Amino acid sequence: MSFQPVKFYQTGTFTVGNRLLAPEERSVQADMRRTNSLNSGHRACQGCGEALGARYAIDAAMQATGNRLIAANATGCLEVFSTPYPETSWQIPWIHSLFGNAAAVATGIAAAMKVKGRPDVRVIAQGGDGGTTDIGFGCLSGMFERNDDVLYICYDNQAYMNTGVQRSSATPPAARTATTMAVGAEPGNVFGQGKDLPAIAMAHGIAYVATATVAELRDLEAKVRRAMEFRGARYIHIFVPCPLGWGHASEDTIRISRLAKETGLFPVFEAVQGEITSVSKIRRKLPVEEYLRPQRRFAHLFGKTPRAEVIARIQRIADRNVRRYGLVDK
Amino acid sequence: MRKPFAITLDPGSSLANHTGTWRTMRPEYVDRLPPCNGACPAGENIQGWLYHAESGDYAAAWRLLAQDNPLPAVMGRVCYHPCETSCNRASLDSAVGINSVERFLGDEAIRRGWRFDPGAPSTGKRILVVGAGPSGLSAAYHLARLGHAVEIHEAGPVAGGMMRFGIPKYRLPREVLEAEVRRILDLGVELRLDAKVSNILESMQGGRFDAAFLAVGAHIAKRAYIPAGSAAKILDALAVLRSMDGEAKPLLGRRVVVYGGGNTAIDVARTARRLGAEEAIIVYRRTREKMPAHDFEVEEALQEGVLIKWLSTIKQASEASITVEKMALDAKGFPQPTGEFETLAADSVVLALGQDVDLALLHGVPGLEVRDGVVQVGADMMTGRAGIFAGGDMVPAERTVTVAVGHGKKAARHIDAWLKGKVFSKQKNNEAATFDKLNTWYYSDAPKTVRPVLDVMRRQSTFDEVVNGLDESNALYEARRCLSCGNCFECDNCYGVCPDNAVIKLGPGKRFKFNYDYCKGCGICAVECPCGAIRMLPEEI
Repeated sequence: MSFQPVKFYQTGTFTVGNRLLAPEERSVQADMRRTNSLNSGHRACQGCGEALGARYAIDAAMQATGNRLIAANATGCLEVFSTPYPETSWQIPWIHSLFGNAAAVATGIAAAMKVKGRPDVRVIAQGGDGGTTDIGFGCLSGMFERNDDVLYICYDNQAYMNTGVQRSSATPPAARTATTMAVGAEPGNVFGQGKDLPAIAMAHGIAYVATATVAELRDLEAKVRRAMEFRGARYIHIFVPCPLGWGHASEDTIRISRLAKETGLFPVFEAVQGEITSVSKIRRKLPVEEYLRPQRRFAHLFGKTPRAEVIARIQRIADRNVRRYGLVDK
Repeated sequence: MRKPFAITLDPGSSLANHTGTWRTMRPEYVDRLPPCNGACPAGENIQGWLYHAESGDYAAAWRLLAQDNPLPAVMGRVCYHPCETSCNRASLDSAVGINSVERFLGDEAIRRGWRFDPGAPSTGKRILVVGAGPSGLSAAYHLARLGHAVEIHEAGPVAGGMMRFGIPKYRLPREVLEAEVRRILDLGVELRLDAKVSNILESMQGGRFDAAFLAVGAHIAKRAYIPAGSAAKILDALAVLRSMDGEAKPLLGRRVVVYGGGNTAIDVARTARRLGAEEAIIVYRRTREKMPAHDFEVEEALQEGVLIKWLSTIKQASEASITVEKMALDAKGFPQPTGEFETLAADSVVLALGQDVDLALLHGVPGLEVRDGVVQVGADMMTGRAGIFAGGDMVPAERTVTVAVGHGKKAARHIDAWLKGKVFSKQKNNEAATFDKLNTWYYSDAPKTVRPVLDVMRRQSTFDEVVNGLDESNALYEARRCLSCGNCFECDNCYGVCPDNAVIKLGPGKRFKFNYDYCKGCGICAVECPCGAIRMLPEEI
């Protein structure tokens, strides 16, 4: 028999760690010495996807930079639940200024580090979808355009959650929020063109753009690590479910992220200099219904008479993603 | 400390905020009973030994296996592996080839000369084991390890019982059996051959035994009345299989008819084929669904060209042919004669209609109960006579080697307790780790390049000894397909997926614990645990 590399059927590469793997092949999160950048005691809701995504990303960035990292944070859930005065959960140098200026503050820090002759200290700006796609969009676009040496991470939970679930430009069509009630002829959020920020970032031609979900830890960590290999503006968009705002069980946070990817509604890919270089394929293709049904924000689609035409419209969005990004192996 | 304008408090860590108080549900680590362990008649901790095999520590795997079963190499060949039938992985792709890994471990132990750990210090008690079949050997092994002096009295000229006289060589090579028997005897067990016990009470008294375990098996072939011409050749299945072990092979002729529907019938038919019979036909009075033989054995026999005549009984036998009557199932599912006859060419007829137990040694033992030709025992394997225990084919149970081995272990534990004036109570089984408890997303599919190799391996490993079993790399593949149902295998998922860092990793081999000061009870860890080793319970409020 010719040589056959041993595969770990039991765990594959999908679990966080694996006692059978060599230490260097394990994830940062499996490491007993991970930094726990976002520590216990924070006030995020049970099962918060954003808290999870932030620790995944910043722990990975800390490891990639040898713990020489400064983060600027936009206003939003992440800031509010982690740092109620005078306590903080952050175990890294961290600064919060305004809702819309995280990218600009980070730009300033990067410039300061340059002046001080500390190119080894890396800078991250982070915020939710509100602070990124709406309020901070101008600053962010400027940061991209000037190619400032900052990695911007957006934790996308698709609405303004900390103020009570108001819609943002990242809220998906038909989703119910406090400002897009499930009433009228077209209940929930409108079917607009959307505001596809990863694509907008790619259009700026910046060094590195990637998307990730909290369901795929290894993929997320690899992308943060990769982002840290570049200088200049970089952008990572992380899909983080919100049990409270989306109305799903707190235990289902990771399952919902997985479904978003497996239905094709959230394409996971990476792009260098504005061109897609790799795509995370769908492992088991599922209809969008599987993703929509467990979430109360879409409950109005599954009433006594299911809104088949709306579901079909959402399915078309997924199908277009599959086509556009080549998410399914032929 | 001087503070800036409008700042009155010192900065602090959020660790002061014990979010555990929010919790209404509480996660707990559990060990659930994997279906393989639950199904094993010998009570092996299969998931446990596969765990060691997965990391390539075959010695540790074998030792854990041997704690319950002293005959892994035998078992890896002849067991009907109910573990694989119940394996959760079957719902995913196909069951883990537990039996072939067991065989690999057994062979590895023989090859490397691994020996059992020495037993407990001597208790000074003497125990008589009657019969050196699987049940007797298993009991002797367990009793010896518990520190008792064990003497086996075997009626035959060699040890092994049905493993030697009932199982053909193509399923169990004799040197494998001998190696495993020798290892048991090396524990200090005394084996007396050609020592038939004709009266158990006398033997116990004569040898000053404190207790006895009877495992004489079932060796008397059942007969059926078949009108036969003087030239017709009618044999019984056990005699055929037994003579296979000797020098003079049985002369069965070119066309052999086997009468019966059990595993022995299949064994004889396959043996006949191997002896060169052009035709081996099994005549069975009922249908395939009703056949007591194991399905995979029937399948293998059919692949080897054995023919089976369903719904037929033998009415008459003559020198070169037999007459069969066709049967039909009645409303209750019982076969009834139809009056339709057929003639089949046959040089010999082998009867494989089951076996009875020779109970002569029990004559005159007070308190003993015999029903349906087998000895009745309690849940502790003790017969109606205090101090005399029984197991294997001579008590009511399925008659397989694995069940017999399980009886031996169970009886040994009860004998040990009884000698100490105690009652052995088995630890209660954990809750079952059913398929719905698993999160199978995390188990990757076997790559396409590997699957055919595995399939071939699995097929070969259940075939005859002409082909070898798994080699080390295959065994490792196979072991690593285990899902570790219900038992933590330290994949770090709970440690990773907790949004609150409320899982504490205790280090390799030490698993994890929850930090209830901060656990909010979201339940992600429980849902994302691949093997179902976390349970959520309502918090007492």
